[in-house]
Amino acid sequence: METLITILAGVLVTVAVYLLLSRSIIRIILGSAVLSHAVHLLLMVMGGLKTGSAPLLGENASSYTDALPQALILTAIVISFAVTAFLLVLAYRTYQETGTDDLQELRGFIDE
Amino acid sequence: MNNIIVMPMIIPLLTGIVLVFLRPYIKIQRMLTFLALVATAGVSLYILNSIQANGILTLNFGGWLPPYGILFVADSFSVLLVLTTSIVSSIILLYAFSSIGEARENMFFYTFVLLLIAGVNGSFLTGDLFNLFVSFEVMLLASYVLITLGGRKIQLVESIKYVAINVLSSWFFLLGIAYLYGTIGTLNMAHLSERIAEVGQTPLLTVISLIFLLVFSLKSGLLLYFWLPGSYSAPPTAIAALFGALLTKVGIYAMFRMFTLVFYHEPSITHTLIGIMAVLTMIGGSIGAIAYKDIRQIISYNVIITVGFILVGLAISTEIAIQGSIYYLVHDMIIKALLFLLAGTMIYLTGSARIEDMSGLIRNYPLLGWLFFLSILSLAGIPPLSGFIGKLYIGQGAVEAGVYGLLVIAFLSSLFVLYSLLRIFMNTFWGETIISEDDETPLRKRLLLPVVLLGAATIVLGIGAEGISVYVSDAAHTLMNPTVYIDAVMQRNQ
Repeated sequence: METLITILAGVLVTVAVYLLLSRSIIRIILGSAVLSHAVHLLLMVMGGLKTGSAPLLGENASSYTDALPQALILTAIVISFAVTAFLLVLAYRTYQETGTDDLQELRGFIDE
Repeated sequence: MNNIIVMPMIIPLLTGIVLVFLRPYIKIQRMLTFLALVATAGVSLYILNSIQANGILTLNFGGWLPPYGILFVADSFSVLLVLTTSIVSSIILLYAFSSIGEARENMFFYTFVLLLIAGVNGSFLTGDLFNLFVSFEVMLLASYVLITLGGRKIQLVESIKYVAINVLSSWFFLLGIAYLYGTIGTLNMAHLSERIAEVGQTPLLTVISLIFLLVFSLKSGLLLYFWLPGSYSAPPTAIAALFGALLTKVGIYAMFRMFTLVFYHEPSITHTLIGIMAVLTMIGGSIGAIAYKDIRQIISYNVIITVGFILVGLAISTEIAIQGSIYYLVHDMIIKALLFLLAGTMIYLTGSARIEDMSGLIRNYPLLGWLFFLSILSLAGIPPLSGFIGKLYIGQGAVEAGVYGLLVIAFLSSLFVLYSLLRIFMNTFWGETIISEDDETPLRKRLLLPVVLLGAATIVLGIGAEGISVYVSDAAHTLMNPTVYIDAVMQRNQ
């Protein structure tokens, strides 16, 4: 199961890199969102997938699920949500000001 | 418990939130912001002295003992940087009061500055890797807003690159954290260090350390600096000064922490790589610094050269070289703020950022010219100004370790710094005065005051280097002996 999820994370990274390398800002933003999902999956795998018990440590627990990766993922999701929201607004404002969302046209832009 | 060490993060954070509700009252906002930063400076001075008396202070949040909980650790290195951050940013704010403009002040400018500083201080103080990531993000989100605030075209275009590259580097940071947690099973920096020392730094761990090197290089502009000159020259002066003084330094701090505390077992790979990257950074930065005619670009490239120079100390990694780096780090926060403010003032006065559009400013604004000259001397490392002692120690460390290549490149880069700034100085302050006395824009005292304060700070830091040497040598001692840090965090005081 861990291997499968790792491969899935790899596929997501591939998709994200493809999107990131394109010229349109909106694709780059989508790429960064997919990228963050990939690393969240990886974080979860690193803590070990479901072992069949609750993430509670009793005095005599024989097995438990590691709760820390989930806490990390939750924090990371919130952060990437905020950054993506900001990026979307930024892209829209840039489009309004410059009339383009093509990075090639924004390149070497000189303010007059 | 040492609850006081959370104050440098909490004071700016809470003040920032309160300011959201005081939006129409700009005067009160200014006053509160300044007070908050002065209070932070006072608190960090107190912490710094109590570290000398009681050793490293730690605070375990919620009473969860390490390695289970999140914690703040205050050692001399981090608190020294927190103190400098607070002082420098409060002086930059004095400049912002009279230059940033009411439109920005109305749009929560001070809130975001305070959040930025909370993030910076949090990054310096935290003892947990994931917490470091979160503090980085707090700082970065605030910086995204500050760089775009005002919404001029150039700001928007440059900030897209800045945000995109930082999203990517944050992703790599998370990746590194995931791998490290998968291999070592902890994220507490002291605990990490201890476990790695037990199992040895396997090749896998060295690869993970290179991911962290990549992340912090992107943040600090070590070799991977292509995003830096553009985004540091787009925002208004006060914001650019904040960025130039603080943001790259956080990356440098994180690099020092990781590669002296956690990944110090394979210096032949990691530290050599840092050395090579530092050399390339200094060469690239020097070429950039003499290639441009835009003052802001030249100064941004100077930021890059300095990053390389400071990391030479880490690459050498002897106690004396690390001491030099720490001196230089503190000096550079002050001097880069000063340079950015000077450049911004010149652009404000002449209405142009290009050196060929200015001439003979020394006749119009003599004090400004002398201050610029002072900052050139300080950057070049002329005693008794503050740049001297850092350069001396890094040089001494390089000679003792026998790495003459690094030494030569580091000091050649200083010459390029000197040349690039002298070029600005000679083109703009010397020559025929082209602004007649009737046409000249009056230089307001309020704009000049913060610049004078920073100029005084570099003199005081240079002459009073003896005064902070206790803290610096303690900081370098802790960095070079990870057990001091680990024992303090794990609370083994024997």
